[in-house]
Amino acid sequence: MAVEVTDAAPKASFWRDQRNRAIITQIVVVSAFLSLVWFIVDNTISNLDRLGIEPGFDFMGNIAGFMPTGPNFNITNFDVNTSTHGDVFVLGLVNTILIAACGILLSTIVGFIFGVLRLSSNMLISFVAAVYIEFTRNVPLLLQILIWYFGVFLLLPNVRNSASIGDVIFLNDRYLTFPSPIFESGFVLFPIAIILSIGGIVALAKWAKKRQDATGQQFPVFWASLGVLIVVPFLALVVTGFPVSWNIPSLQGFNFQGGAQAPAAFWALLAALTFYTGAFIAENVRAGIQAVSHGQTEAAYALGLRPGLTMRKIIIPQALRVIVPPTTSQYLNLTKNSSLAIAIGYPDLVNVFTGISLNQTGNAVEIIALTMLVYLTISLMISLFMNWYNKRIALVER
Amino acid sequence: MSDLAYNKTERHEDLPPPASEVGVFGWLRHNFFSTWYNSIGTLVVLYLFYLMVPATLDWVLFSAVWDATSNQDCRFEGAGACWGFIDARLNLFWYGFYDIENYWRPSLVGLMLLVFAVPVLFEKIPAKLVGGVTGVFGLGWAVWAFGGLGQVASLNLPVTIGLLAFIGLITAGVFLRSPRSVCAIAIVGVFPWVSVSLLYGPVNVESLQSGLGIAVYAILFLAGGGFGYWSSKRLDALGAFLGYLVAYFVAVIVFLSWGFGLTIQPTNTFGGLMLTLVLATVAIGVSLPLGIILALGRRADNMPAVQMLCIGFIELVRAVPLITILFMAQFMLPLFLPEGVNFDNVVRALVGVSLFASAYMAEVVRGGLQAIPKGQFEAAESLGLNYFLKMRLIVLPQALKIVIPGIVSTFIGLFKDTSLVSIIGLMDLLLIAKSSVTDSKWLGLEHEAYFFIALVYFVFCFGMSRYSIYLEGKLHTGHKR
Repeated sequence: MAVEVTDAAPKASFWRDQRNRAIITQIVVVSAFLSLVWFIVDNTISNLDRLGIEPGFDFMGNIAGFMPTGPNFNITNFDVNTSTHGDVFVLGLVNTILIAACGILLSTIVGFIFGVLRLSSNMLISFVAAVYIEFTRNVPLLLQILIWYFGVFLLLPNVRNSASIGDVIFLNDRYLTFPSPIFESGFVLFPIAIILSIGGIVALAKWAKKRQDATGQQFPVFWASLGVLIVVPFLALVVTGFPVSWNIPSLQGFNFQGGAQAPAAFWALLAALTFYTGAFIAENVRAGIQAVSHGQTEAAYALGLRPGLTMRKIIIPQALRVIVPPTTSQYLNLTKNSSLAIAIGYPDLVNVFTGISLNQTGNAVEIIALTMLVYLTISLMISLFMNWYNKRIALVER
Repeated sequence: MSDLAYNKTERHEDLPPPASEVGVFGWLRHNFFSTWYNSIGTLVVLYLFYLMVPATLDWVLFSAVWDATSNQDCRFEGAGACWGFIDARLNLFWYGFYDIENYWRPSLVGLMLLVFAVPVLFEKIPAKLVGGVTGVFGLGWAVWAFGGLGQVASLNLPVTIGLLAFIGLITAGVFLRSPRSVCAIAIVGVFPWVSVSLLYGPVNVESLQSGLGIAVYAILFLAGGGFGYWSSKRLDALGAFLGYLVAYFVAVIVFLSWGFGLTIQPTNTFGGLMLTLVLATVAIGVSLPLGIILALGRRADNMPAVQMLCIGFIELVRAVPLITILFMAQFMLPLFLPEGVNFDNVVRALVGVSLFASAYMAEVVRGGLQAIPKGQFEAAESLGLNYFLKMRLIVLPQALKIVIPGIVSTFIGLFKDTSLVSIIGLMDLLLIAKSSVTDSKWLGLEHEAYFFIALVYFVFCFGMSRYSIYLEGKLHTGHKR
């Protein structure tokens, strides 16, 4: 008895076909999404109409009429009489980038130090590091910001009794004030000299590596670089006759005049962000170093490398592969967390633009969309940079 | 000549290790003074301890003022922490501005969560103990609710019947085969509704039609449904489904609309630790199922449109700070809805925090999904399992197990992030602490208030992280060295 053989696979019923199901699901989801969007847009338009709010970005040109920052922490020269909401936006953006950049730098240092201390063979030191990490990670950042602000910086002496370092830097419960440089003509040479010496150092390092590869002779790159970096810019200053003078703050009446001031809110926010994010980075560093097998260390010792060199040439490059990706997301978190500035009145983007400007103009949709766009852009930029860096240090396989 | 040579013929007896290598000295040397820089480090740390520990202990314990009626009682030379202030304001820290005669309601909700959650969370606890504790709890609860607090008059007949039915369901369940499953079902199907009724009061028809009601329905339905589906594998499917259905309808009909006949407690009186816990629990309950759905959507390669929507949502939410999302919930949500529909402040914050947490949860779950080898998917398909069965029976149990540490750390982050609602003016633990020291009677006690709430946050977060370690160990079924 012959079995009938057909080429065609048995055809599934229409509803059992995976492709049809996928198409139907997508149609349902997309139309639900579109109707939600339509619902929101429709309501928003009628609500804006009812409330008499003019949609669009015209409000950015209106005079803001409030002073979002202290007189000497005014990086963008904001003027209360002429500056617009657009200027408020710029001011907030600059302050956000400032605090994020400082925070990323410092938290990386703190994180690496405590990550290494956590692994110390000294029980006491690793215990102290563990206590710091556990306590900081398990208490909300906002609370830590308030503790730094109300519990530390606001308890400093008042303006008239400021603590001073050498009578040029003064610290009180409102700000830290320090001399600001006044650049005279000819100062351009100084940054040029720095750039040139950095270029020289890079070339030197390349040459030294090439020579070592070829002949085995080593060259003290570090000390030579340090010398170049100090001597060349100093020479530039000498040649141009020190074209920089300092505006030293001095107490006049109830306040300090001159110099630059960074408000207590800045330091409190910076301290909180640094130590909070530092604790997370410390855990990443610990995990990264522990991920490098002990055989690597033993192999390095067997080759005769000293402990310092083993750490620098063998352990750290391998640990970085594990450390970098989670640390990237900590950098992103730090940038986003800087928006908590609003709790203590540091004039960052969310505080002055999303907070005060929104209250004044009522253009909620535009302002919140713009704020989100800014953070989206910053996040994307940090991700792109760290992805590039990650690719550079990643294991190169066949 | 040969007699000058000295050849040792027998083995020398073992010498004891040098005194510097063993005992207390050896231990000290190895752990504290192994190198010169370790010695310096030890001495520096000891000096810092000497500077800080006695002073801190003195402030916290020895010189502390435990009994005070105002900050004047703590203003003398050498006074330490003013714990009398915390003691006097403790109600505010725990319950916010909730009516004092109603404190038993949130306490009961908390206790219920504890009693039902512990057996689900810790499987080592023997079933009989679970049954016993739950039974005693049910009995004690009944006595407390009916007699102890004089609330009898405010309970009407149908509510009383509902209450008894609920207690009966639980106590009957615990002595059945699987008290743990009953606890899981109670948490999922009954607990949300009961807690809403207890915390807020009866949700009547009018307020159900308002935004508050819709939001409560939507959130609780999502939370209950998602968790119920997920946890139903703890019983056999039909039993779980029926139990869940019964519990669900009992809860919905009896508790939500009759609401024990309790008075309404407006949400603007919610505050303190209670509000923090409400926010965290709801956000945790919503974010896990929603995160799983988003992660599955993101991995749905055959549906590019769904994939795009999920990726767009996840990446947008993860790229912006929580505070902008809270601002959005605060200022933009009223614009998005038709005129007259108004959300409660607490519900708005809940929506914001939950959506925020879902995006992070989705990424954690996606990590787990990516770690499952393709062979598992293919094996499930070749067994003829459809998409949902494949995910629920084969993929998700493995994927979620891998990412438990990630899930718990998201929970911890979420718990800490609830403090941000203080910025939009909700009286959570942080804002209570911040505003309680502006009371003229207790001016200038920031240190005490912040120290205290830092401790509270720490206990919760540290507890969660320890639990995650415990769970990791328990679920580690692979090869462990």
